[in-house]
Amino acid sequence: MNRFAELLDRLAYEPGRNNKLRLMTDYFRHTPDPERGYALAALTGSLVFQHAKPGMIRALITERTDPVLFGLSRDFVGDTSETIALMWPVPEVQPNFVPTITDVVTTLNTLGKTQLPAQIARWLDALDETGRWALLKLVTGALRVGVSARLAKTAAAALGDKDVTDIELMWSGLEAPYEDLFAWLEGRGEKPETTDPAPFRPAMLAHAIEGTDFEKLDPSDFMAEWKWDGIRVQASAGVNAHGDRIVRMYSRTGEDISKSFPDLLESLNFNGSLDGELLILRDRRVQSFNVLQQRLNRKAVTPKLIHDYPAHLRAYDLLVDGNEDLRELPFEIRRKRLQSFIARHAHPRLDLSPLVPFATWDELAAARADPASAGAGEDADAVEGVMIKRKDSPYVPGRPKGLWWKWKRDPFTVDAVLMYAQRGSGKRSSFYSDYTFGVWTMIDGEQTLVPVGKAYFGFTDEELIKIDRFVRNNTVERFGPVRAVKFGPDEGLVLEVAFEGLQRSTRHKSGLAMRFPRIARLRWDKPPKEADRLETLEKMLAQPAKREPVLRPVAR
Amino acid sequence: MRPEDLLLPTPSGVCCKTGGFYIDPTRPVDRALITHGHSDHARAGHGAVLATQETLDIMRLRYGEDFAGSTQAIRYGETVSLNGVSATFHPAGHVLGSAQIAVERKGCRIVASGDYKDVPDPTCAPFELIPCDVFITEATFGLPVFRHPDPDAEIARLLHSVTLFPERAHLVGAYTLGKAQRVIALIRKAGYRDPIYLHGAMETLSHYYQSRGIDLGDLRPVRDMKKGELGGTITLCPPSALKEVWSRRFPDPVTAYASGWMRVRARARQSLVQLPLVISDHADWDGLRDTIVATGASEIWVTHGQEDALVHWCGTQGLKARPLDIVGYGDEDETDGVSNEGEAGNPI
Repeated sequence: MNRFAELLDRLAYEPGRNNKLRLMTDYFRHTPDPERGYALAALTGSLVFQHAKPGMIRALITERTDPVLFGLSRDFVGDTSETIALMWPVPEVQPNFVPTITDVVTTLNTLGKTQLPAQIARWLDALDETGRWALLKLVTGALRVGVSARLAKTAAAALGDKDVTDIELMWSGLEAPYEDLFAWLEGRGEKPETTDPAPFRPAMLAHAIEGTDFEKLDPSDFMAEWKWDGIRVQASAGVNAHGDRIVRMYSRTGEDISKSFPDLLESLNFNGSLDGELLILRDRRVQSFNVLQQRLNRKAVTPKLIHDYPAHLRAYDLLVDGNEDLRELPFEIRRKRLQSFIARHAHPRLDLSPLVPFATWDELAAARADPASAGAGEDADAVEGVMIKRKDSPYVPGRPKGLWWKWKRDPFTVDAVLMYAQRGSGKRSSFYSDYTFGVWTMIDGEQTLVPVGKAYFGFTDEELIKIDRFVRNNTVERFGPVRAVKFGPDEGLVLEVAFEGLQRSTRHKSGLAMRFPRIARLRWDKPPKEADRLETLEKMLAQPAKREPVLRPVAR
Repeated sequence: MRPEDLLLPTPSGVCCKTGGFYIDPTRPVDRALITHGHSDHARAGHGAVLATQETLDIMRLRYGEDFAGSTQAIRYGETVSLNGVSATFHPAGHVLGSAQIAVERKGCRIVASGDYKDVPDPTCAPFELIPCDVFITEATFGLPVFRHPDPDAEIARLLHSVTLFPERAHLVGAYTLGKAQRVIALIRKAGYRDPIYLHGAMETLSHYYQSRGIDLGDLRPVRDMKKGELGGTITLCPPSALKEVWSRRFPDPVTAYASGWMRVRARARQSLVQLPLVISDHADWDGLRDTIVATGASEIWVTHGQEDALVHWCGTQGLKARPLDIVGYGDEDETDGVSNEGEAGNPI
């Protein structure tokens, strides 16, 4: 457990993807089976056991410490579970064992609820601060160290110079502690045979199209469809050796999200594998992403949640029909197969994403600018742009060049004034690279800037150096890693901020929250007094999705 | 006599009226007794200063020759008499030259411990326990969440990272007086023999430590190095330099920060470093409690840090305790989330 704890500790502070990979691969290389396998299971979120409730953990510490000291410590540390890990009283006689992850996982799988508190206390007695912190993360089921399942699998694949795609393909057929997987990766064993009837097949992704790309592309080689503003998913289903039907829903990175959508799983009566968009439909109308978000990340999927937020699958592509793998076929043919497949397996929760007819790029641009008149009708608000797919493209895992393009709607933009800047982390730790910006509004008869969002990308490296210099030269106040900069009607820096949508929010003083904000341009030329007003944003909130048709997409 | 008649706590330090001196005053006074060289305790501009030779040297290096009207050096274990009040200096184990000051008159002994730690440190004399009636203690890490780990294990984490990322520079933020030299000594103790590079601000004091016979190995100024040569090296710098333009001269640096504050994740995250090293020159919660009990003092005065928790704990042990509310300890040189000075400077 100590080594795993050390790994989690390092991962939690390391922002760089490649560095995270190095840390994990190093761990897998130097940790024996089955320990590393359970670690991989923990990192990929594949462990299933009864999680301990925060209340139970708190009760453990209350029995053991002075409540005044616990209260003062909790206030100082700011996190209950970390406070417990740090102030846990070490017993006079330390246990002569250190629990391994294997001990923890196998014990939790079999332990009754009533025995849980005493067992966790015994483990806490035997571990050090970092070990206790990691244990509490593990048993409460929230690692949160900035590692996706895919990244952990990529680190494992690097052990044997293998492609992560291979691991993803076999993943759902594997079980912790994955000894067969590690044996294969280290060249000591055969590639694990998987007989999973509903495996994940790595998704095909698109490149963003640039204005100049169109000249090189012939519209007659392509088909287009709406890009729906939901979650890209893959639904796979089949029958296993025992004759049981297995149905699974995966995110585009291969995380199994079946548990969150039992209502949708029930509605899928096919054998095969579909690529599509998960949406919420009410009265056959596609709801906005904001509505879908209400259903995501919920711990418990209650009947009420299912009733209020009915999940729907809108199909884009057919990868497998029955036992037939279609991925080598051209998109145009797969599309025909998809139409008849959806017709055969008709269900109110499943439908086909329609094509967008066009003969020239200008026609497609017009459809993208006004999806309502181009076939999306009342669902136009849920259209995020168009997808452009080569008619002859096979279904290739990853992001191959030249086959699929995405052409997103133009973002909304607003001119806002830089108010605060925070240092970044890792490579950016000497740069002020996270920016809080505001717009004008009248408060108590005075023109005042109110913060409306925060952005930390969208600018070039060169622009970053310039903003960093501006921040350092115009600091008026410091709060930890944050600096307040000079701003007023005639001084300050105006940022053109691009964003995808607005939501009401009680968290922000302005009452608004932006979706996906980024810095589109630096407006050194613009005096701050000419920046936008809060009222403009509020108007956008009242009437969404009215945007001017523009042929050329914004450069970034 | 009442302890307050011997030493009177004031907002600018404890004052001995009979003896005519202050201990670690935060404003200029006629006569000051200084426990150690960190700038929140050792300030320039006093009339006469009594301190260990090392502390006087450190003050001279930092403030220049004219840092005080006159100085007098005192050895550990040596006693001076000031208007009938005796003052004896004893090792505090905090940094080179750090001392506890035992003040005694008519059978009442008060020990002002300054900053102290009760664990071994290769760069300074070990803490000496002085029985007393009143013990004045710091409380920088006076919460039960602070139990400092084995510093050798923390250094092992740094050296493992150097092995794992041989093409990256490792930058270790550490306070310029004491922590930096201790970290270097610990790295040497772990068997690391390569040159260790220094930020300009680290050079004077590190060379002073070496001149006092402390073995820090091959130390070199980093300013002479090219970016390409710094992969796989270790450089010590003041914590604030980690966020300055200065740090851009290093190839893809791994940033580390050696401080007791790194124990708490929110604080470590706020410093934005990738490798927090929990190494402290202050007593931790267990060290504070053990020391308080071992002095046999019946009354405890708590100067700076987390006074509330320590005062509360003393109460549960039947000890009389009070916070002193001295203004100015532990908040020197705080800039932008990371402090360059003594660790008592809470980095927030």
